[in-house]
Amino acid sequence: MQLIPCPWCGPREETEFHYGGQAHVPHPEDPAALDDEQWARYVFFRDNPKGPFAERWAHTAGCRRWFNAVRDTASHAFLSVYPVGAPNPLGDGSRQGQEAGA
Amino acid sequence: MSTPFRVAGHGRVDRSATLAFTFDGTAYTGHPGDTLASALLANGVHRVATGITYGRPRGIVAAGVEEPNALVQIEAPFPEPMLTATTVELYDGLVARGLGGRGRLAATPDPARYDAKHLHAELLVVGAGPAGLAAALTAAGTGARVVLLDSAPECGGSLLGTREHIDGRPAQEWVDAATRRLTAAPNVTLLTRTTAFGHYDDHLVLALEKRTDHLGAAAPRHLARQRVWRIRARQVVHATGATERPVAFDDNDRPGIMLASAARTYLHRYGVLVGRRATVFTTNDSAYDAALDLADAGVEVAAVVDARPTVPERLSRACAERGIPVHAGHVVTGTSGVDRVSRVHIAERDGRGARRHGVDCDVLLVSGGWNPAVALFSQARGTLRHDAGLATFVPGGPLAAVRTAGAADGLRTLGACLADGIAAATAALTALDIAVAPVPVPAADTELPHPALELWRVPSPRDGVDGAAQFVDLQRDALVSDVFRATGAGLRSVEHVKRYTTVGTAHDQGRTSGILASGIVAEALGTDVADLGTTSFRPPVQPVAFAAFAGRDRGDLFDPVRVTALHAWHQEHGALFEDIGQWKRPWYYPLPGETMDDAVRRECRAARTGVAMMDGSTLGKISVQGPDAGCFLDRLYTNVMSTLKPGRIRYGVLCGVDGMVLDDGTVLRVSDGEFLLTTTTGNAAKVLEWMEEWLQTEWPELRVHLTSVTEHWATIPLVGPRSRDVLAAVTDGLDVTADAFPFMSRRDTVIAGVEARVCRISFSGELAYEVNVPSWYATSVWQALYDAGRPLGITPYGTETMHVLRAEKAYPIIGQDTDGTVTPQDLGMSWVVSRKKKDFVGRRSFGRAENLRADRKQLVALLPVDGHTLLPEGAQIIATETIPAPPVPMLGHVTSSYRSAALERTFALALLRSGSERVGETLYVPLDGRTVAVTVAEPVLYDKEGARRDG
Repeated sequence: MQLIPCPWCGPREETEFHYGGQAHVPHPEDPAALDDEQWARYVFFRDNPKGPFAERWAHTAGCRRWFNAVRDTASHAFLSVYPVGAPNPLGDGSRQGQEAGA
Repeated sequence: MSTPFRVAGHGRVDRSATLAFTFDGTAYTGHPGDTLASALLANGVHRVATGITYGRPRGIVAAGVEEPNALVQIEAPFPEPMLTATTVELYDGLVARGLGGRGRLAATPDPARYDAKHLHAELLVVGAGPAGLAAALTAAGTGARVVLLDSAPECGGSLLGTREHIDGRPAQEWVDAATRRLTAAPNVTLLTRTTAFGHYDDHLVLALEKRTDHLGAAAPRHLARQRVWRIRARQVVHATGATERPVAFDDNDRPGIMLASAARTYLHRYGVLVGRRATVFTTNDSAYDAALDLADAGVEVAAVVDARPTVPERLSRACAERGIPVHAGHVVTGTSGVDRVSRVHIAERDGRGARRHGVDCDVLLVSGGWNPAVALFSQARGTLRHDAGLATFVPGGPLAAVRTAGAADGLRTLGACLADGIAAATAALTALDIAVAPVPVPAADTELPHPALELWRVPSPRDGVDGAAQFVDLQRDALVSDVFRATGAGLRSVEHVKRYTTVGTAHDQGRTSGILASGIVAEALGTDVADLGTTSFRPPVQPVAFAAFAGRDRGDLFDPVRVTALHAWHQEHGALFEDIGQWKRPWYYPLPGETMDDAVRRECRAARTGVAMMDGSTLGKISVQGPDAGCFLDRLYTNVMSTLKPGRIRYGVLCGVDGMVLDDGTVLRVSDGEFLLTTTTGNAAKVLEWMEEWLQTEWPELRVHLTSVTEHWATIPLVGPRSRDVLAAVTDGLDVTADAFPFMSRRDTVIAGVEARVCRISFSGELAYEVNVPSWYATSVWQALYDAGRPLGITPYGTETMHVLRAEKAYPIIGQDTDGTVTPQDLGMSWVVSRKKKDFVGRRSFGRAENLRADRKQLVALLPVDGHTLLPEGAQIIATETIPAPPVPMLGHVTSSYRSAALERTFALALLRSGSERVGETLYVPLDGRTVAVTVAEPVLYDKEGARRDG
């Protein structure tokens, strides 16, 4: 049972959390301006790296707050947690091939 | 009753008390402090079980949790299968029998309690042998929170079964003093009869405490029989000891063949001689301790067979003093005996079985070396390395918060184990910045044993298949020849060999067989066992009963049951209940003698022709408040919500970004800055979380707050052409006419003295009201409505009738008529998708090529041509009357299917490929080997023009 460091509640057991997938994939400003492929990239495509990965998590059984975290997908270790809206600690290039979110 | 193998002057059992027990139908006695195994051995019983595959007699091999053989079934006081005789503490009245590998679960519910406790500590020490006790004593002085666990009923570990000294005194005195100190220390939690069975992420260690098992029928009922401890420690020391391993040779499974250390433990801890005449077969020094101790206690040691070419001088001298013949460079090649070993065959190791001769004996004590107990360390992701000197695998080094100590670390002398325990605790606490005062190392033996020989097996001297009578895993009856068959089939990994042969998959997790198997595989492949490695160690280290895992979460506490405020009324009025998620909802209310069909038909008729009421309180309800609430809802719902006037209601659909329907419900504008929306019963939590996700991650600038109010409001749909009369009767002065109280609007009124929000919403197509009151007042309001409706025959109805009524109107149930691949358009609800709004979640997906295909599956009604066949939900739809050869082209499936009182026939809803184009066609549904002809129809079957809505 892993401990996940909720930025507001401190370390809590993983069963209190829900996973929210890749972070920094914003909803496109104007979906109508995208062609089908660009839109499909936003809807269906996500990165799946081995190693550090910026993800969204929700402390659903606790404070109900969403936050972002960098987690090593190989070791499951949480390397950092940070608020929604803060820049990606891994830099902007982590989401390759993501044109739609610009 | 005599126990002929009990020896005076040895053992820690209490001879002043006698316990009576029965094994395999025979009555025996033992003493407090015995295990079932030691008590049986004291009575001269070796044969206790039967091999699972070959049915060969099996005996007691070990003295602890590593026992691979002696599985027993406890019959009384309460049946429990698959326990090792070596870990069952003896109690008066115990009835047990030996097993042939499989036990029998109790047919009656277990009356015992089980529970769980959480524990937090700076340092957890697993194992209270010499290293663990030294570690705990070191930490105890710092004031840090320390937890010390041991499987045994008392501390001491290996010291309980040996004859060693510490600080010049018998080691037991040091153990007793240490136990007293630790018990008295307020910062130390000492748990005996407690086995750590799993080491999980972030140093969560689960341990099972057997609290009253050893008391048998005398166990107090109010105490939990077993308890799972969930221990979260910042540092962990595994002082888990080491396990002796055997050597494989022909017929190595006879009763009377046991580990050398076990014989020593039975003598010193239990005062039991395992036999009268022993042969010892070893590859290392440690078995000599057993040979010498047993000889001193009166056992005739017929021979020591040492596979090493030379025997250390000290040991050969000690044997000579006692007249024990030592055969250096010899091995055991096989055994004879019927129910027990009676003769051992030995030969020169490099002589390929030449000059074989026999030694008569009634026990054969084997030692093939020692394996550190590294299962927990391995689970904690510690690495292992092969140690050639020890001929086994040892921990590769400490982790940041997990370290090993003592024999688990590969150490072989008592002095080194004590020092290592102190060092491990010091290192662990230092890592936490806790200062540790230097602790003197107690004086004990530090003379290193002579190098062991790495010997996994002795080749079979017999003709025929090599290893066909050599057992690697006694519990699985897996043979050396099975391992050879695996490697012969091309398997190269020990993990694959394990699965092919089942070696190491029994209750004992391969404690004695696992590394033996690695060694034999390496030999077969001609590789180095160091490169081959071991199989993975997985929790649980020891079998744990499901009841212990369940703890208190049994019966009514297994899963929370949610009931509405009206639950008692429903029960009093004969409702049967349906589980919807955790909710109990009234399903239907049968009158005496009614079938379900009868009841549902009656309830439906009341709703369509008179008046009926139901409990809709389980609907998810979310209060959306804030100046930007309207804007927020516009971005989520497919239609416009911000233009709703206070007091008005709109039906809405939520879609994911993929454009698929996620949920639906009504949205009521309470005031300018407040909306109340409803969700499907089973989706309430999911929808709230989904809305929070958008609000917090995409639009944090919106001034909106979301709160679940599901349980705050009781919701009572009042349905049917006469519902207006009932509402008029319970409200004073509320204008209930259709013009004054139009569809999809809300009026506040007072019913039975309770302020009520009444909404004109219909989920049946009939004139209907939804009465919302605070849950606290639900019953009095419900009763007032019921009483007012009695003269009109008001009928309470349940979820089944609700489903029939809504299906007749083709109102979909999200999750039943949809499955995450269905758009609003597929449901025939294009009208709910705004064309005016620039964007909302999922809008762009409606324009995707896939979503524009004409052959999407669309919601239709199916009418069985015979009028009475009830199609099963989930049934497939095909185009032809006869079922073609597979693969059969499937056109869609039935999502809802009912008998309709209003239509006087059966009908179904279905998702059908190109469904809207197929209206009028005849298709077929395979059912019980035939097909049922169905006519495809527009989904709305009842009151298509909506004439009934206003009553």
